Amino acid sequence: MSLSGELIAFIGLALVAIVGGVLLITLTKVVHMVIALVFTFLGIAGIYMLLSAEFVAIVQILIYSGAITIVMLFGIMLTKHQENDAPAKGGWGNFSLLAAIAGFAVAVYLGIYNLDIPVQPTALHEENTKQIGIELFQNM
Amino acid sequence: MTGVPLSAYLVLALVLFCIGLYGALTKRNAVIVLISIELMLNAANINLVAFSKFGVTPSITGQVFSLFTITIAAAEAAVGLAILMSLYRNRKTVNVDEMEIMKN
Repeated sequence: MSLSGELIAFIGLALVAIVGGVLLITLTKVVHMVIALVFTFLGIAGIYMLLSAEFVAIVQILIYSGAITIVMLFGIMLTKHQENDAPAKGGWGNFSLLAAIAGFAVAVYLGIYNLDIPVQPTALHEENTKQIGIELFQNM
Repeated sequence: MTGVPLSAYLVLALVLFCIGLYGALTKRNAVIVLISIELMLNAANINLVAFSKFGVTPSITGQVFSLFTITIAAAEAAVGLAILMSLYRNRKTVNVDEMEIMKN
C-alpha cells in the first residue's frame, strides 16, 4: 500500500486527535485537560477537511476550539480548580468499566473493519458552502 | 489512486467515542464529564461526515445534519454549564459523587 498524501495527512491528524483524547484521560490538572482537548478538536477539523467538508471544518474550529473551550475554561475558573481531579474509586470498578468499554469497542470494530462500500465520485468539494446553503434553504 | 478507506474514519470515530465514554464515566469533575460528552458527540459527527462522502448514496445532507448536531451540542454545553454554576453556588462542589440531592 503506497503512502499517498491523503493517507499521511489522515495518519497525522488522527494521531493528534487520539493523543489529545488520551491526554484528557491521563492528565491530572483540570485546565490541562481542556487544553489537551483543543488539539483533539483541531485534529477533527483537519479530518473534516480531508472528507471535503470545508464549511463543517471551519464551523468546528469556531464553535468547538473557540467557543466551547472558552466556556468550559470559564466554568473551571468559576468553580474549584485548584485541587487535582482525584482518581476514582479505583480497583475493580474502573477495571470492569474498562473491560466493558473494550468489549464494546471490539464488537463495533468487528462490524466496521471490513465495511466495503464502493466509492462513488462526488462533487462535495466544489463550492461546498454554496451546496450546503442550497440544501439547507431550498431543499429542506 | 487509493485514498483513505471509509473504515479508517469509522475506526477513528470509534476510538474517540470510547475515550469520551471512559472519561464521562470515570472522571469526578463535572466540567470534565461535560467535555467528555462533547468528545462523544464529535465522534458521531465524524461518522456523519464520513458517510456523506463514502456512503451508499453520497450527498451533502450528512454535512448539513452534522451542522445541526454541532448547534445542539453547543447549546447543551451552555445549559449544562449553567446548571453546574447554580449547583456550585448552592453546594460548593463540582464533584459528581457529591451531587446526590435527588437521591433517597
